[in-house]
Amino acid sequence: MENEEPRIGVFVCECGVNIGGYLDTQAVADYALTLPNVVHTKVNKFTCADSGQAEIQAGIKEHNLNRVVVASCTPRTHEPTFRACCKEAGVNPYQFEFVNIRDQCSWIHMWDWGGATAKAKDLVRMGVARSRLLEPLEESSVPVDQNVLVIGAGVAGMQAAIDFGDMGYNVYLVDKEPSIGGRMSRFDKVFPTNDCSICILGPKMVEVGRNKNINIMTYSEVTDVGGFVGNFEATILHKPRYLDTDICTGCASCQEVCPVEVPKEFNEGFGTRKAIYIPFPQAVPLRAVLDMENCIGCKACEKACEPGAIRYDQEPVYETLKVGAIIVAVGMDTFDPLPHNNYGYGLYDNVITTMEFERLLNAAGPTGGHVVRPSDAVEPTTVGFVNCVGSRDVNENIYCSGGVCCMFNIKNAQLLKEKRPETNHYIFYMDIRATMRGFEEAYNRARDLGVKFIRGKPVEITEKENGNLVVRVEDTLKGEIANVEVDLLVLGTGLVPNEGINEMGSILKLPRSADGFLTELHPKLAPVDTTTDGVFVAGCAAGPRDITYSTAHGSATAGRATRLLSTGEAPIMGITAKINEDACVVCGVCVDKCPYGVFEIVGTNGDRHINVVEALCKGCGTCVTACPTGALEQSHFKNDQVLAQVRNVFVYGGE
Amino acid sequence: MAEATGTTGTEEWQPKIVMFCCNWCSYGGADSAGMGRFQMPPTVRVIRVMCSGRMDPVFILNAFLEGADGVIFSGCHIGDCHYVSGNYKATIKYKFLKAMVNELGLEDERLKLDWISASEGERYAQVVTEFTEQIKKVGPSPLKPEGVI
Repeated sequence: MENEEPRIGVFVCECGVNIGGYLDTQAVADYALTLPNVVHTKVNKFTCADSGQAEIQAGIKEHNLNRVVVASCTPRTHEPTFRACCKEAGVNPYQFEFVNIRDQCSWIHMWDWGGATAKAKDLVRMGVARSRLLEPLEESSVPVDQNVLVIGAGVAGMQAAIDFGDMGYNVYLVDKEPSIGGRMSRFDKVFPTNDCSICILGPKMVEVGRNKNINIMTYSEVTDVGGFVGNFEATILHKPRYLDTDICTGCASCQEVCPVEVPKEFNEGFGTRKAIYIPFPQAVPLRAVLDMENCIGCKACEKACEPGAIRYDQEPVYETLKVGAIIVAVGMDTFDPLPHNNYGYGLYDNVITTMEFERLLNAAGPTGGHVVRPSDAVEPTTVGFVNCVGSRDVNENIYCSGGVCCMFNIKNAQLLKEKRPETNHYIFYMDIRATMRGFEEAYNRARDLGVKFIRGKPVEITEKENGNLVVRVEDTLKGEIANVEVDLLVLGTGLVPNEGINEMGSILKLPRSADGFLTELHPKLAPVDTTTDGVFVAGCAAGPRDITYSTAHGSATAGRATRLLSTGEAPIMGITAKINEDACVVCGVCVDKCPYGVFEIVGTNGDRHINVVEALCKGCGTCVTACPTGALEQSHFKNDQVLAQVRNVFVYGGE
Repeated sequence: MAEATGTTGTEEWQPKIVMFCCNWCSYGGADSAGMGRFQMPPTVRVIRVMCSGRMDPVFILNAFLEGADGVIFSGCHIGDCHYVSGNYKATIKYKFLKAMVNELGLEDERLKLDWISASEGERYAQVVTEFTEQIKKVGPSPLKPEGVI
């Protein structure tokens, strides 16, 4: 087969008018037929459609093709489609070559018919030249470890863990906080139905705790991940809680006697907690944690702890886990208005954020659910809510947080109004984005209750002597400037990437988008897959989203990863590095260059050689470039294959 | 559609530029430019490799010998390499190549290394447009074999 004379078929796609509207596809196909070894060409309306693929397969049969070139869109989305199509018709998938004449030609030279056509001909010539040299390759596979690592135990990560656990897979659920639950455990009520957040989350947390297949690892962090699809090795840091969690019963007698008080993170800094504390009443696991940074070493807790769980000498413990798939559900943070003092936050006592307001509303919050303003602890009768704080703002983040902040503010204004109908509340908005199911109804309900919506972005906030705030805003619907006096101003802060996202991205080799969130493999068609095989992303790690969406995402990752786990083997791409032992002088340059440890020098004296572990190879080709003797070659990206493309960029005298 | 436009009447010299893109970032950036319909001159021919670390100096020198007026090689931003550190290794080759390009009698401006992420479609267009302008200023490559286009 390998020495067979190439018989190449070139299929030029019009992609409707996406290509055909901006360059001469027929001229490109006609030109392709003049190239050496091209025996068949065809212009398709849509090559990727059933009909187009049938034309490829018919071409393969009729013209006895052994190589196929498709000139259409991008291999990043469609290469698997055409490879499968070729394979079905008996052409090795690696003897298929993709030429991109849409994303990188017709779409970027829309008003240059001649230039785009000439460029498309060049690109096809390059592709045909490469195709001529492509060799058939076989894909191998590796076994997949049946354990799963879920990073982040918010609602998305918990849902993924439950699904895996229910399907019988062993799950490690890791969270840096002392309890699972994530952001959702801090909300008071959740839109659009206004049910109590912890009342619906609590049972789910208990379900996670009870599931025999889920190993909860709280107060732990993933510090390193090595290996590859199906065979990851993750290093977990278990931070010391300074107590034995097997002995601790969560009775809280330690926190009663602890004399140290520090601001309570769970309440967004409102109120205090002790140096040794139970994170919140519904915490899973219900165990105390000692914050050694604030501990004064009085040992009162040790005396108070009846079971004797306290361990002041506990050290951080590192553990290595072997897993087949990884779910990243590290969640989000909310925009911090403090650095820029947006809307007077940090300058005026009575300007607070939505998350702070959530805790004030919450019955388990610092005020027992009584909404009071920070300056004088008086219950406010007029509350202003500002939407889009840190979102849709060229000075902060340009993206919209998916309507989450709109709905948050609408829900909170509604709750205030329901409790005390005589009070007045204002929502300052640019546009209301109530796009999901039940959102518009919730918005209408707030209006019906008498919440006042003012369409305008506040320009100035001033504080009066009594602590009230005057919001200066242009009411763009009325076309007039309004000065609205409120007792309390709540900032609907947008969602931003989790502070640990960059580190997590680096550990798992995941790219981040311009907005800072992790990038999915495809925004529409592979929304929970990532560019790293075997790693999936759920919830707000991949963009702002609400609880419904995050939960669905959690289940989606479990489904996607189960495809891998249930078959028990993962395919390894055929584009790995190969060594020609006759040319190798065992200099060891490749050993240093490879980030995955593919190469290792083995043997001594006469038997000294390089051992290649192909399953570890990810196909970057860096070693090939570094190899001084040319002993290494990367399959599918061999030197002569790339150089054929380089040479065929150019042509003598034009066509 | 755009059929009638064709090339502009006055035939201005258009350089031919070879651009090597890594699969994960820069090739994705080129696709993003297309998806965003960012327009640019049709001067660049992209060759895809898996990583900027695969960028063999031989590819680049060959491109110049075959007739390239300019060469760009591009990968993920430092720290974002899909293969951990291939782009860092590419910078070492770039320094070496810069010196080699001078040895060949070519101007410095003809070789460019730039990092373009998969989301930077607009920047991709900007890099291509600006580099094209830059090459137009220095003119056709003195190494271009006669009769080659």
